[in-house]
Amino acid sequence: MRSTMLAAVMAAVFMAMAGPTEAQPIELQWWHAMTAVNGDRINQIAADFNKSQSEYKVVPVFKGSYAETMTAAIAAYRAGHAPAIVQIYDVGTATMMAAKGAIKPVYQLMADAGETFDPNSYLPAVTGYYSTSDGKLLSLPFNSSTAVVYWNKDDFKKAGLDPNKPPKTWPETFALAKKLRAGGVKCGFTTAWVFWTQIANFSAWHNISMGTLDNGIGGPGAVLEMNNPRVVRHVANLAKAEKDGSFSYAGRSTEPESSFLNGDCGMIQDSSAAYGLFKKGLKSQFGVTELPYYPDVKGAPQNSIIGGASLWVMGGKSAAEYKGVAKFFTYLSSIPVQVKWHEDTGYLPITKAAYAATKASGFYDKNPGTEVALLQLTHKPPTANSRGYRFGNMVQISDIIAEDLESAFAGKESAKAAMDDAIRRGNALLRQFQANTQ
Amino acid sequence: MERRVVFAGWLCPAVLLVPQMAVTIVFFFWPAAQAFNESLRRGDAFGLTTHFAGVANFAALFASPNYLASFWITAVFSASVAVLALAPGLLLAVMADRVVRGAALYKTVLLIPYAIAPAIAGVLWMFLFNPSIGVLAALLRWLGIDWNYFLDAPQAIMLVILAAAWKQVSYNFLFFLAGLQAIPPSLVEASAIDGASPRRRFWTIVFPLLTPTTFFLLVVNIVYAFFDTFGVIHNVTQGGPGQSTEILVYKVWYDGIVGLDLGGSSAQSVILMAIVIALTAIQFRFIERRVHYA
Repeated sequence: MRSTMLAAVMAAVFMAMAGPTEAQPIELQWWHAMTAVNGDRINQIAADFNKSQSEYKVVPVFKGSYAETMTAAIAAYRAGHAPAIVQIYDVGTATMMAAKGAIKPVYQLMADAGETFDPNSYLPAVTGYYSTSDGKLLSLPFNSSTAVVYWNKDDFKKAGLDPNKPPKTWPETFALAKKLRAGGVKCGFTTAWVFWTQIANFSAWHNISMGTLDNGIGGPGAVLEMNNPRVVRHVANLAKAEKDGSFSYAGRSTEPESSFLNGDCGMIQDSSAAYGLFKKGLKSQFGVTELPYYPDVKGAPQNSIIGGASLWVMGGKSAAEYKGVAKFFTYLSSIPVQVKWHEDTGYLPITKAAYAATKASGFYDKNPGTEVALLQLTHKPPTANSRGYRFGNMVQISDIIAEDLESAFAGKESAKAAMDDAIRRGNALLRQFQANTQ
Repeated sequence: MERRVVFAGWLCPAVLLVPQMAVTIVFFFWPAAQAFNESLRRGDAFGLTTHFAGVANFAALFASPNYLASFWITAVFSASVAVLALAPGLLLAVMADRVVRGAALYKTVLLIPYAIAPAIAGVLWMFLFNPSIGVLAALLRWLGIDWNYFLDAPQAIMLVILAAAWKQVSYNFLFFLAGLQAIPPSLVEASAIDGASPRRRFWTIVFPLLTPTTFFLLVVNIVYAFFDTFGVIHNVTQGGPGQSTEILVYKVWYDGIVGLDLGGSSAQSVILMAIVIALTAIQFRFIERRVHYA
């Protein structure tokens, strides 16, 4: 009796272990970090792709936060069963890129699989961030956004200001913030993602270098330069505004959004992808406008840069699997998929054709403010300072800079001392990264 | 004649020991050995180019002012959490011990926080004290306190200490209550007959007899503050503002998972392991001498 049971179990196990039969599609794991609406869209994209053909089956797997997804993919690679595709946040780009052999660059993937792939059909401000210095695409941009300004029209009215006249420059922003305060609004403005909006996008928008070797895109030997006089002056201005209450720092990432949602802050600088959140949650009328700039900085405004995540293809897979990934990437870049992704989630389209199609459909006219991000990104052709940035250990470096900004805003350190400290600690991490990956 | 079970040969005891040894080796010794091995190596996250680095990871840590600062933060944090979790626990236990009517209800209510995971406790306190949406934050503002723990380091430290201690009060309460109930009533009654005031009875009879419990709880609370408070920090401050609430265990996680610096992170966990071993040894060796076991 027992032996027959055992035999039955064994048979079942062997059947389960047997390789896929001819009719079964090749499974491609896609690890991601998207929740809520974005997660639903991912599942839908995969399901639609799977329905469109029978050779491959993309299986999306939610792996937690960005950091957790990246760690999971690395651990899986070390254990020898990495997923085919993994979503990696922008700041992880240098780490992925340095892992030669562990990843398969997208340009190579497309060439090997014989997929038609025209890098010029993509938006350069989006793909530039994920390309080598000579323009070869390493990973497929997936969810990208840029920093914009949202302003609360009701708060503007309350303070006796013109609700349809948001600030254009930084001096105007500080002046308006003071007037908002004087007019009974609790805080003039706040900022989400403080490093990304106030340092990274600030630098690109003013065409200022964040680090040598084209912001690190040229190689791992880059040195940070974010303690330059323009950034220091800006941080000092923010610290001054924090002191008089016209600027209110409320956390490093998305925490400040609640201060805008409840009407406390008249303005917030935040990701363009937060549009849906504010549209759903804010009771007042609000508008979206471009980032402010300092008029005395020559060449400003330049163009803003993206943040978000891209899809990396892991190394060590079979040619058949890579063919499937290439086909999926072509599908993902197609106009209908891109347009729907852009309209549903607020993330930017990655191809010029998808942008044109969205525009033609009248979406931007029906949803005023949603085009600001794209106008900002395509404002001028990107320069070496505004294409993006790629530093090793970037996650820690962005946290270090946020920490030092906090010290400056709290009045514990001068803006200059805070930025000097950030750059000293950041450069030490860069050298460590360089030593560990070579 | 001595009555003793004697096993013939070594096979039977060895077999009986195997399960326990297997669990200890697989879940304790093996990971610890891995951490130790990793702490002596350096390389990229993917393991493509790793090399033996000797004590370079440790040297880098002790040369880093931020790591040394993390020690102080952890010391202040752990001591404060232990005191703030033990004192109210004892007070509540003494009070609950006197209650006659509805005692079960009191005890149940007082135990509820223990059933809450540290991460949830963190979120709860974060919502109460969040500068923009917190109810208690609004109250503090109304009282004229400029409450913003995103920028104010002392406020942030106080908040995480309170959140971490609050959760542990229940646990301490439970053990203190059990300890109190184990004290023979005759001793307390005898001193009452001798005319000792309640206060005097507590400090001369009850408290010394509670020392084994207090001692045990002290060890447990410090270990709790060292290791289990990760969720509180992660949900309330993420180590900020600056690095003012970055305790050692949070830094291990951050450098390993977020920073992908496996060598440095492993070196930190080896140090943490040594600290806890030392701490426990000191507590048992010195403090236990002064403990009065009834």
